[in-house]
Amino acid sequence: MTLRSAVWKQAASFVAFVALWQLVSAFADSRLLPPPAAVLDRLAAGLVSGDLPLHIGITLARVAVSFTLAMLIGTAVGIALGRSPALDRFFDPWLVLFLNVPALVTIILCYVWFGLVEAAAIAAVAVNKIPNVVVTLREGARALNRDYLEMAQVFRLGPAKTLRHVVLPQLFPFSMAAARSGLALIWKIVLVVELLGRSNGVGFQIHLFFQFFDVASILAYTIAFVAVIQVIELAILQPLERRAAQWRR
Amino acid sequence: MAPVSDLEIDVREKRYPAVGGAAPHLALKDLRITVRHAEFVCVLGASGCGKTTLLNIVAGLDRDFAGRIALPTGPGKTEPVVGYVFQNPRLLPWRTVIENIRLVLNPAQVRSGIVEELLAATGLQDFPQVYPERLSVGMTRRAALARAFAVRPDLLLMDEPFVSLDEPTAHRLRLLLLEIWGRRPTTVLFVTHDTREAVLLADRVILLTPAPGTVAAEVPIDVPRAERADPAILERLRRRLIGERANLLRAL
Repeated sequence: MTLRSAVWKQAASFVAFVALWQLVSAFADSRLLPPPAAVLDRLAAGLVSGDLPLHIGITLARVAVSFTLAMLIGTAVGIALGRSPALDRFFDPWLVLFLNVPALVTIILCYVWFGLVEAAAIAAVAVNKIPNVVVTLREGARALNRDYLEMAQVFRLGPAKTLRHVVLPQLFPFSMAAARSGLALIWKIVLVVELLGRSNGVGFQIHLFFQFFDVASILAYTIAFVAVIQVIELAILQPLERRAAQWRR
Repeated sequence: MAPVSDLEIDVREKRYPAVGGAAPHLALKDLRITVRHAEFVCVLGASGCGKTTLLNIVAGLDRDFAGRIALPTGPGKTEPVVGYVFQNPRLLPWRTVIENIRLVLNPAQVRSGIVEELLAATGLQDFPQVYPERLSVGMTRRAALARAFAVRPDLLLMDEPFVSLDEPTAHRLRLLLLEIWGRRPTTVLFVTHDTREAVLLADRVILLTPAPGTVAAEVPIDVPRAERADPAILERLRRRLIGERANLLRAL
């Protein structure tokens, strides 16, 4: 399949989806399922008033901070558990526990314990994601090539150089996997956090529109946000992955 | 200024514990070797006699043994520097040739120009920015050689570095090694199971017994290296080395 025909097929798929939506909404003829044009109208209005970019910006900032925290902490813990069987045996039950605590429970507990503050919101999101990062990076740390570690030891690279040049490049595919699934998970959790305890952001806005049963606005915010996340994937994650793979034959 | 010192190996015993269904294995027993400063010693033995185990002990990678290792120190140095050419080149595939060599050096060494000098000496001056997986096998071995010499080692450990190369390539690399070593003399412990390689390279060949490995014989090779390039002389040296030790070397 050539690139051009692939693009055409994707475009056709998109058009078919919009057409189906139009058809169903015309058939239902209800305020609760607005046609695409109405959603587009709300999108434009939100852009003009500045509300939409403002709230998306706030949500993105929360996503960025909690994502960074979860990746840093999760990577550090994952490497530690992957390299030390004793630590791994000790902390594995904790990990299983945290993996299985529902996101909603973490969020509510964070708000109850730390109050309805920004730090509690960020912490709740990060705590939800950290166990996934740990599990993925632990796999990577277990699979580290011993030959290269021995080389680093004989040539006395020291901890900093070993981490940067020997360990992290081997963990990169695992970090990417964690980042991909992390981004998808985190922005959904951020919306819930905003809905439950923040007075701005996409989640808060959707809560507001829910009070008025304003489905058109809910859909407008959703589409805008999905588009932004897609741009992050295409503009940041994929180029990063290509650059890191250039040494492969 | 500390005087130069010898490499002293004294391994009383190296044992591998039983793992899974495998029985415990006594790899080395009462192995004593002294290598003088700037001497080139080849350790010759059949596969499985503990040659790589020996190098890993000397390199400090394996500390689970009974005995003592004294590494040689160069003039004016306190901490001995070790260079290791592994059986597999062990270049980081995600770093280019020049990055792989710079990685093992400190900033002052990088500025000294030694990297460029060794790239030229190993014929890699046109490939510094190439990733190892895009090089030929022979070229990756040369890069590993350049990296080991770049640290200006007080001790150079070599673990069958030219194995699994075709013979002409291996021969060219042996001569290259001698050439670089001639200009940058250092103490070398070179492990091989190839008798011809041993008599071509070494000042002294140490033969190991099958496991548990211990010194079976020490044979100085006193013919100047320039004459060993002659295949007839090399073959005569090899026969003399094998000589009455045919039993010991049958496995080679």
